[in-house]
Amino acid sequence: MSGWTAGDALPEQTYTVTRADLVRYAGASGDFNPIHWSDRVATSVGLPGVIAHGMFTLALAARALDTWAGATGRVLELGCKFTKPVVVPDDDTGAEVTVRGTVKQVTDDGVHVALEVTCGDEKVLGAPRAVLRA
Amino acid sequence: MAVDASLSGRTFPPTPPYVVSRERIVEFAAATGSTYDGGAAPATFPIVVAFAAMTGLMEDPSVGISLHRVVHGEQRFTYTRPVVAGDELSATLTVDSLRQIGGADIIGTRSEIVDGDGRPVCTAFATLVHRGEDR
Repeated sequence: MSGWTAGDALPEQTYTVTRADLVRYAGASGDFNPIHWSDRVATSVGLPGVIAHGMFTLALAARALDTWAGATGRVLELGCKFTKPVVVPDDDTGAEVTVRGTVKQVTDDGVHVALEVTCGDEKVLGAPRAVLRA
Repeated sequence: MAVDASLSGRTFPPTPPYVVSRERIVEFAAATGSTYDGGAAPATFPIVVAFAAMTGLMEDPSVGISLHRVVHGEQRFTYTRPVVAGDELSATLTVDSLRQIGGADIIGTRSEIVDGDGRPVCTAFATLVHRGEDR
């Protein structure tokens, strides 16, 4: 991360999300809300179908941060709004989530990164951002 | 039914200690496509403990929240240090703010997550949106 300067664009990361991933994440996180695994329940509350856990999508952003930093454990701050759902179809293809990052500033308290997390053409997280230990 | 206004400022009891095993980190990392390198747990791992604290709030009958009407609006973590295997974590949730917008309760929560010695590990801020009955 040394040599990072404001304005740097970090290499785009694309991840595939399938129904199997959501089931696995439900178990690992303890969030068994049926809108993340049952089309019947998801559509009954007005969703187009099963959606990814917002925290799953944020975890993908954290995964990109680790990749860019070249190490785990450097995240000092991470946050977002959950603005649009990531709809995950019941097929073998799943959904594609892309994480982009731009270095906003490098200060004594760390490297500030503005993220952009999209599925298709839509931004699925609102104002996602992070601070990494320099 | 709107959530009681006195909820703002209220602090809930700490969650029971959660022992972070190596296996739990491996499982969480694998579920998000990461690989555990034996060091820090993934950055969003503390949601497991924060989620338990939020469940405590949402299931408290005195609060008046209907679980199926709750949407996770916003999440933010600030870290004192990364979570590592062997940690014994507990979260104490405080309701920082409560607003009503368009028939929904916007509940701002802060969960202070500490280790077995009571030392801070991270703070998880979550905004929960509780939709009204008629929506």
